[in-house]
Amino acid sequence: MISIQNVSKWYGDFQVLGDCTTQVQKGEVVVVCGPSGSGKSTLIKCVNSLEPFQQGDIVVDGTSLADPKTDLPKLRARVGMVFQHFELFPHLTVTENLTLAQVKVLGRGKAEATEKGLALLERVGLKAHAHKHPGQLSGGQQQRVAIARALAMDPVVMLFDEPTSALDPEMVNEVLDVMVQLAQEGMTMMCVTHEMGFARKVANRVIFMDRGSIVEDCAKEEFFGDVSARSERARQFLAKILQH
Amino acid sequence: MDFSSIPAALPALWDGLQTTLQLLVLGVLGGVLLGTLLAMMRLAHNRLVANLAALYVNYFRSIPLLLVITWFYFAVPFALREITGEDTPVGAFASCLVAFVMFEAAYFCEIVRAGIQAIPKGQMSAAQALGMTYGQSMRLIVLPQAFRKMTPLLLQQSIILFQDTSLVYSVGLIDFLNAARSRGDIVGQPHEFLIVAGLVYFVVSFAASQLVKRLQKRLAV
Repeated sequence: MISIQNVSKWYGDFQVLGDCTTQVQKGEVVVVCGPSGSGKSTLIKCVNSLEPFQQGDIVVDGTSLADPKTDLPKLRARVGMVFQHFELFPHLTVTENLTLAQVKVLGRGKAEATEKGLALLERVGLKAHAHKHPGQLSGGQQQRVAIARALAMDPVVMLFDEPTSALDPEMVNEVLDVMVQLAQEGMTMMCVTHEMGFARKVANRVIFMDRGSIVEDCAKEEFFGDVSARSERARQFLAKILQH
Repeated sequence: MDFSSIPAALPALWDGLQTTLQLLVLGVLGGVLLGTLLAMMRLAHNRLVANLAALYVNYFRSIPLLLVITWFYFAVPFALREITGEDTPVGAFASCLVAFVMFEAAYFCEIVRAGIQAIPKGQMSAAQALGMTYGQSMRLIVLPQAFRKMTPLLLQQSIILFQDTSLVYSVGLIDFLNAARSRGDIVGQPHEFLIVAGLVYFVVSFAASQLVKRLQKRLAV
């Protein structure tokens, strides 16, 4: 579904991604973790070309991003993305947030888009808030709306960029619950997150990044199983986040 | 002081005020439109496009409005003759309007640019992640939010334009101030007419800026 091939990226002289290669199969859930500044957010933003890269290629569902002829908006419409800071559109109601791109990008009728939006809103447990503006919702609620907004486009894959890092602790679970449910339904997912509980529960593979490179890329059982077999950097990282 | 001839002059003053208001409304609309276009150009990744817009803005902000008005009064008919090949009289109103639109666009551009830059980058990313093109993201997501934030500043600039429209006297257009002045001269009461004109400008501008203040408070919440 996603094939990342030898991707490198520089900001000026500074290399943020170094020769990253990995795959995400259809129906697979891959968790990307690593210390801040390790390039994990940059990597996931490269997957729907929100960030350009200078070397290598990423192929999403058969479409090459390095190919200059690729219609990027069209590709992005098929890739759902959830951001750390939700990025709901504050000047629109929740329903409008869910329907705007369906109508303007996919060309769906207003009635069809609204029906779809409300169904997804019900699924994330927020149907009662349909008429509100994002500013009237809590962080957890906003992030659930953001997930519904991405799902409304019927994406072939979902990307999550630290979806729970900006949330109060008590709201983390309501968002993770939606993500777990999504994973169990077979959605292909690539998630940048530090929620190791989530990784243990639903991930198929775990990728560990450090200083712009993929250091570990292995099955979940292997990653959490024999810690002594992990790289020095991954051991330090795991020791820090699993301590409490 | 003798204000007795004011009532009889009201229709003429009203005519002048209408000219002033027409210049104001059309000038603001055109200025905001052109200003928004310039702002998008200044924010474009293409250096040439951005520099051209910057040159335009810096040029028009560096010369007096009075100069622009007189200049366009002579330049617009000349330019039209070059384009169409025949004499096309445009009149003082049209040439003044062009001057206002082009001059104010430089100021509106900077307001709009600041407004766009005040919108978090993530909004553009989110719109594009949903498959919207750059144009759609701008039009549907960034600009509506930016304009909401800028409304007080745009109105403030419009109040300044309201006062600046009086400069059209230099090319003989009868706006409100010019109407008051010529009427005052005709009936021999120039001071009284100018006092009334000043009062009208004050009341309109002051009321409008009070409105802006209240709007600012409401939008701040």
